[in-house]
Amino acid sequence: MSQSSPPPLLQIRGITKQFPGVLALDNVSLECYPGEIHAVVGENGAGKSTLMKILVGAYQPDHGEIYLDGQRVHFHHPRQAQQAGISIIYQEFTLLPYRTVAQNIFLGREPARHGLIDRRAMVEKTSELLRRLKADAYISPHALVRDLSVAQQQIVEIAKALSLEARVLVMDEPTAALAAEEVNLLFDVVRSLRDSGMAIIYISHRFQEIFELARRITVLKDGRHVATVMAHEITSADLVRLMVGRELEYYYPPYATPEEIGETRLRVENASNDFLKNISFELRAGEIVGIAGLQGSGRTELAQALFGVKPFTSGKVEVRGRITHISSPLAAIRQGMGFITEDRKREGLALRQSVWDNVLLAFRALQHMLTPVRLNGAGGPDVRALTQQVDLRAASLSQPVQYLSGGNQQKVVLAKWLATASEILIFDEPTRGIDVNAKAGIHQLLRALARAGTAILMISSELPEVIGMSDRILVMHDGQIVGELPAGASEADIMLLATGQQLLAGEKRS
Amino acid sequence: MALSTRTTPFTRVLRKPLKMVAAIPAIYFILAALLIWISFENPNFPQPEVFLAFLRRATPLLILAAGQLFVIVTGGFDLSVGSLITLTVLGGALLTDGNADRTPLAIVTLYLIGLGVGIFNGLVVSYLRVSSFITTLGMLIALKGAALLWSGGAPAGYLPDNFRIFGRQNLEGVPYLGKVPYAVIILVVYSLVATYLLHGTNFGKKALAVGDNPRAAALSGIAIPRIRIAVFVLSSISAVTAGILLGGFAGVSMNVGDGYELEAIAAVVLGGAMLMGGKGSMPTAIAGALSLRALFTLLNLLGLPSPYRAAVQGLIIIGAAAYAAFRSQSES
Repeated sequence: MSQSSPPPLLQIRGITKQFPGVLALDNVSLECYPGEIHAVVGENGAGKSTLMKILVGAYQPDHGEIYLDGQRVHFHHPRQAQQAGISIIYQEFTLLPYRTVAQNIFLGREPARHGLIDRRAMVEKTSELLRRLKADAYISPHALVRDLSVAQQQIVEIAKALSLEARVLVMDEPTAALAAEEVNLLFDVVRSLRDSGMAIIYISHRFQEIFELARRITVLKDGRHVATVMAHEITSADLVRLMVGRELEYYYPPYATPEEIGETRLRVENASNDFLKNISFELRAGEIVGIAGLQGSGRTELAQALFGVKPFTSGKVEVRGRITHISSPLAAIRQGMGFITEDRKREGLALRQSVWDNVLLAFRALQHMLTPVRLNGAGGPDVRALTQQVDLRAASLSQPVQYLSGGNQQKVVLAKWLATASEILIFDEPTRGIDVNAKAGIHQLLRALARAGTAILMISSELPEVIGMSDRILVMHDGQIVGELPAGASEADIMLLATGQQLLAGEKRS
Repeated sequence: MALSTRTTPFTRVLRKPLKMVAAIPAIYFILAALLIWISFENPNFPQPEVFLAFLRRATPLLILAAGQLFVIVTGGFDLSVGSLITLTVLGGALLTDGNADRTPLAIVTLYLIGLGVGIFNGLVVSYLRVSSFITTLGMLIALKGAALLWSGGAPAGYLPDNFRIFGRQNLEGVPYLGKVPYAVIILVVYSLVATYLLHGTNFGKKALAVGDNPRAAALSGIAIPRIRIAVFVLSSISAVTAGILLGGFAGVSMNVGDGYELEAIAAVVLGGAMLMGGKGSMPTAIAGALSLRALFTLLNLLGLPSPYRAAVQGLIIIGAAAYAAFRSQSES
């Protein structure tokens, strides 16, 4: 596409944003021309979402300016950005499921006549918008939003943006929840918007889409602008290198030695459910197996399936060589499994209860209802010893866990699964939201547990953590395990698998 | 605390006892203050006989509050208990019709009805995912209707003496106290068992965890439906017990249980339980129920008409809930 260089429609200059403890964005600039699709890529946490939130006025930058049509703009609220012509389509939708398409598009600004809503005008305007998107054939203005597919809902969101006369459209991972055929539907709409002169910022993890749609690509890493390149001038391998190139200055505990790895604790063969397809892998005593993958690749769903939250519906799961059907968390716990969830506060802890009671939460689930509460550890797990083992720092064991720091809360969750003598531990983002020092402590603990013979499955979106901790790495993409890499694999290798590159192997772009 | 900033020898000596006093739940001070005030208005009140009679009248509410607390710590409500009391009293009269021989069977039948109501409430809340507020409100209305249908719209039959013994008679010849009402003995046993269940068993700890964070509890392997059914059964059983006692000293009427559900909730909240679940103590809930009764007695002694009761009760629920919300806000 050759642009006779019109002025950029949107210019973002030198945006810096500091959050407590993190420099989320450091002097980031980006521009987008009318009729251009500009992709923004980067790992989780690279600052893409923060940048977009600043663009639409949900966050305020510490430094930097935004220009629209050469005019400096300040947005203090997303509504102001909308009025100025910048719309964003989030991963989660903001549509009301029990309203019609037309009602959703004109929510809060319904066309009125004599003080009453002019339904006919609303429907007509909606039809016109859908026609412009060439979506009138498959979306009726009268359809309830809940009856639409995800892609159709997305198109309604776009129609809404059009009705607001958006000139800049930001799409944040629009295809994350779409099936393959729906993606094409959406792409047609996106291309027609581009051809009508809209400036589109397209955030995605999926390289295939980026190369298919974008004219230019901006790479962000750790809150910094790395490069902006023409899409047709870069290979996917180089793009991955730009995304991940970073030095490791952090020391992880040593990997397992071959003699530390013992018998197979968990074997999964061809297991599937609604989210996962043909999952097969083995987990042995003494090893840490890392699960890498992008958001939405099915990492958490895998943990939930193994732990009986959303069980596998087909395939075979063997625990310690015996075929088992794990249909509930209790069944999983009985099999000696423990699940350290991603969201401690919502899924791991009863916050108003004491450290003591939280440590015993899962152990008590295995006990009879009328079993007396043991006050000194006699006959049950030794709570005091367990909290020492995980190096918990708490004023007292009767302190409610809500007053502990994130790192110490995580240690309580861990102690909970040590109390049931778990032999298989599944960690989902073990160090999310934990400060650097506490992180090192958790990493040491994981390795110490493995060395003591626990089989550990560790899901993490932080590649350095996956690489630093895992004795083997399984990479997921689209609900499948797409590859296995040895300890110390490179970030680039992981990203190639995680972005679905091996699926592109036969195609011309290389 | 202002005292801890100045360390004169005097405050140093006092600090530890002061800390210990500060750790005592406020409801005990409220209760003590009310009882002392009543004693000023009625100097006979501290006599064992008078005080035990007061305690006997308070017993149904105290037992009901104990049952209600189990539901509240799981984050639910049980509004059906008031009608269940009415059904118990009317049903007791209909089943026995004054015939003492039928009393044991009648009592067993009434407890089976209570068990059924509790299980039903628990099942609906667990599996149909109807909020406990709506479920038990529906049950409140349905049970009242059942009581009306069963009795034909007016109290029928009467309760034999051996049915009324629990609410009415005393154990004679107790050292120091003289005669002690059976109701008070039942109350003591009930309180001890309930305290043990909530604070001394796995069941109680699980109930607290379910109310605190159901998702975390489920992911820790706790079978939530079982816990929910158990707490509703405990509440219903408490209501049947309260009904049998009330039948003993209040007699048979169509509205004997009216309003008890709200009194029980007010009592539990006054006792420091959190309405959103996950926090509650059996001794303070029982103290809360006793305080509520003491307050009503005091209002009576001060010559305030009974509608004040309802108003005061409503304000207590709002005030205690607002206080709890304020406290949890300042905590986080």
